[in-house]
Amino acid sequence: MDIVTKPKLSRRIWDYTLLTVLALIILAPFLIGLWTSFLPTMQIAQGNFLSTKVSLQNYIDAFTQTPILRYLGNSLVISTATMIAQLIFCSMSAYAFVFLKFKGRKFLFGMFLATMMLPFEAEIIPNFQTVKALGLLNSYSVMVIPFLTSAFGVFMLRQSFMQMPIELKEAADIEGLGHFQFYWKMVLPYNRIPLMTLGAYSFLGAWNQYLWPMLTTFSNDFRPVQNGLRQLQSEETFNDWGMIQATAAIVVIPTLIVLFIGQHYFKSGVNEGAVK
Amino acid sequence: MSITLRNVRKDYDAQTEVLKDISVKVETGEFFVIVGPSGCGKSTLLRMIAGLTPITAGEVSIDDKVVNDLAPKARKLTMVFQNYALFPFMNVWDNVAFGLKARKMDQADIKQRVDEALKMVNLTELAKRKPRELSGGQRQRVALARAVASDAKICLMDEPLSNLDAQLRIKMRQEIYALQRKLGLTLIYVTHDQVEAMTMADHIMVLNDKHVQQIGTPSEIYQNPANDFVAKFFGTPQINILNAKRSQTDNHVLDVDSDLEIALDEEVPAENVKIGIRPDDMKVEAAESVEANATVKNIEFLGDETIIYATLNSGEDIHVVVPGQVNYRIFQPIKVTADSNLMFFDADGNRMNLSKEAYVHA
Repeated sequence: MDIVTKPKLSRRIWDYTLLTVLALIILAPFLIGLWTSFLPTMQIAQGNFLSTKVSLQNYIDAFTQTPILRYLGNSLVISTATMIAQLIFCSMSAYAFVFLKFKGRKFLFGMFLATMMLPFEAEIIPNFQTVKALGLLNSYSVMVIPFLTSAFGVFMLRQSFMQMPIELKEAADIEGLGHFQFYWKMVLPYNRIPLMTLGAYSFLGAWNQYLWPMLTTFSNDFRPVQNGLRQLQSEETFNDWGMIQATAAIVVIPTLIVLFIGQHYFKSGVNEGAVK
Repeated sequence: MSITLRNVRKDYDAQTEVLKDISVKVETGEFFVIVGPSGCGKSTLLRMIAGLTPITAGEVSIDDKVVNDLAPKARKLTMVFQNYALFPFMNVWDNVAFGLKARKMDQADIKQRVDEALKMVNLTELAKRKPRELSGGQRQRVALARAVASDAKICLMDEPLSNLDAQLRIKMRQEIYALQRKLGLTLIYVTHDQVEAMTMADHIMVLNDKHVQQIGTPSEIYQNPANDFVAKFFGTPQINILNAKRSQTDNHVLDVDSDLEIALDEEVPAENVKIGIRPDDMKVEAAESVEANATVKNIEFLGDETIIYATLNSGEDIHVVVPGQVNYRIFQPIKVTADSNLMFFDADGNRMNLSKEAYVHA
């Protein structure tokens, strides 16, 4: 019995054509960027985009002639530190909001959420004053310390902690697990997926920061990639477009890796079987 | 280890009382069942014994030692939950070992206990599986194994079988009972299922409307219910409760209606009385319309017995269980009588001890 009727072939061709065209339009800037990263700057300058002189020379130049490796290293340190810090602090405060019964819990959580409503740009001036007064300008810490925790992360983890069956907590109480043991042995493993999501989110967030590092870093020793890229572009002697595209492509790679690995874990059903 | 509750009370706040004045003693090695309709506070009571929920007033003691302020761990008990509360990221073996590790038991000891517990519940082959790879009954067994592996002698179970299908429930019921006997556990078992209570319990506590209705052995509760709630809660089909009035002409007689009266040896002490008659204590015979006191409404044939649903002339519905098959038609007039095991309740539903020599006349 074939009850499910397949749509007509012509209809399907039309659907897929439309989807392909839309996908190409959306991907065009990335594809053009990637393509030009393989072309010599001369060809780009001449507008000869269909040139066949494809090579990896731009990438070699990028690594040998620019501080891109330093930028990548800086970003890696900053992003990793931010990610680890956010995972620790967000999960701990989310734990407190879910499993500790204290007075004013709801009010405090409301305050937490309120800070989410405030755009980061609005906080930039007071934050800048603070880090300046602390003498942190042009260092790794200036790009990590303001982002040690995030209201969004706390909110997200709180929601998923609240989904845990209360019986797990009761079972842990009967076995005599303290709060920290329960947090470490039950809550964290149970919430691996949201934690990984938050990890990817905070890592990429830190990796793609632009405005804050632009204000607080002045030297290549601490400049992260996004600002490094801008730096390369603005240096007067530097108008090697092929190489700029190559560096841009290099900078995007970690984002793709994180998304790719992340996707693997976002399969549902990992926690199935805890209850019922 | 025995457990004693003395005048235990629980309020969620000043307005909402959940449990009132609960007193009971559970003896060592006893299978004690707390039964009641949903929302009667039975799970709350269990959590109060476990120490997961604080009590508002009264005293909980284990082995004559007051444990009101003791943490759950210090009470040395295990608990099996309705939804099993397995740890999804651990395999079966680790799930069972978890509590022992948390109590910092010796490694070799843990291994021995877990292996034994898994063997006892027939899960040895599935030790490396994750909970999500198990069926409902197997998950239930893991939860049981956790209780078995523990050296605690008190086990609390909160509706452990309610997520299983009927067949499996009967099987697991027997397994739990066998384990309890074998390990000599003091088991407190919460359920809303009267059959589970009747089949497993040494003693049953019936809870309803914040109060203990009755505590007793299954046969005491069935044969001598303290009130009409308990009488109605146990037994399928449900007991017939008929409203009757003291006869105006003879104060030894109770009238259900003009066609059904009950003669007692002694005087009827109250104006309004409820009469309880188990469906299988009633007798039915075909009768002419003049003699009949009821009409057949429906008949269910169950194989070894038949349930007759009938309406008394007064309008009250009754049901009667008779052995084998019967030949009644719907709307056929019948005569219903009873001569043994009648129970009497006052207007508030409390049991009245009236003469056993009652006889129901048509």
